[in-house]
Amino acid sequence: MASLKELKGRIASVKSTQKITKAKQMVAAAKLRKAQAAAEAARPYAQRLEGVVASLASKVTVSESSPKILAGTGKDDVQLLVVANGDKGLAGAFNANIVKAAIQKARELIAAGKTVQFYLVGRKGRAVINRTFPGKIIGQFDTTEVRTPGFTEAQAIAKEISDLFFAGKFDVATLFFSTFKSALAQIPTEQQLIPVLVPANTGPSNAAVEYEPDEETILADLLPRNISIQLFKALLENQASEQGASMSAMDNATRNAGELINKLTIQYNRSRQAAITTELIEIIAGAEAL
Amino acid sequence: MALHFELVTPEKLVRSESVYMVVVPGSEGDFGVLEGHAPFMSTVRDGEIQVFSSATAAPESIPVVGGFAEVNEKGLTVLAEKAG
Repeated sequence: MASLKELKGRIASVKSTQKITKAKQMVAAAKLRKAQAAAEAARPYAQRLEGVVASLASKVTVSESSPKILAGTGKDDVQLLVVANGDKGLAGAFNANIVKAAIQKARELIAAGKTVQFYLVGRKGRAVINRTFPGKIIGQFDTTEVRTPGFTEAQAIAKEISDLFFAGKFDVATLFFSTFKSALAQIPTEQQLIPVLVPANTGPSNAAVEYEPDEETILADLLPRNISIQLFKALLENQASEQGASMSAMDNATRNAGELINKLTIQYNRSRQAAITTELIEIIAGAEAL
Repeated sequence: MALHFELVTPEKLVRSESVYMVVVPGSEGDFGVLEGHAPFMSTVRDGEIQVFSSATAAPESIPVVGGFAEVNEKGLTVLAEKAG
């Protein structure tokens, strides 16, 4: 059995760990509120843009001459998986879940005979993916320098990805991120970025719409923007998810630490009592012997 | 007797209100939108949107960067990368 002194030391160390996790939990809770508000504020734009792209795309027939981002390269041999992660740990399974989803998808694609490549956003997950699929990372975007990745970053990422696309490095790009549902639930999500998925016709809007300039020009202008927006949305969802996951993970850790402290305290008290009893017995035995 | 006008940026919904008329700097020329405008889509050049809250009111200018305007039966929606 551990000595009294050792137990005391352990209790102190668990207590200081608990303080850290508790502080981190409160920080995450404060940040979550902000991140959630940002994610919700971004939804109207993404929704409206999606609607506009859908109504435009349904009017334009996909042909050889239509923008490559819409039509694709006509192949799906080389698949690019864009994995958006956070930069920091202490967020429970947040990063691991996204990476897991991406790796699973990569395995499926490889089994189907496709070539898989990765583009990583954020610092986490790089090591795991590099170990599982060595040499498959063709690009990455560092967000460690920025406090909260915003639209500027999303545009930069979108540009890099489009450049890779036009350089013929891949045929299909899929984005992996975590959708924020609540502080307790974050869903790893995959979404096809390139070619743009044209949603099924969104109902009757047969009105003769006038375009200025023509449909193709608008579409060509809108599609790259749509990619930035989808990335921006993913980044925001990710931030909210990360804080949510961090908050619940730290809440758990704090509670576990509390339980451990209770257990150790009981053990400490028992040992102390046992020591006192032994001492008393010794004294009494000594007195009797006289 | 009012036009529903929405101005949206990636960060947030900047405006959502009923106005009398909006003048949008389209890439091929400014155009004014009143209630009951025919369906119309246009890219927007960097410039200023002018919002007239009533027929007699002085216009309110909102600078916008990089955008797109859509007029449909529900009103006018301007999607801009930056506004205000």
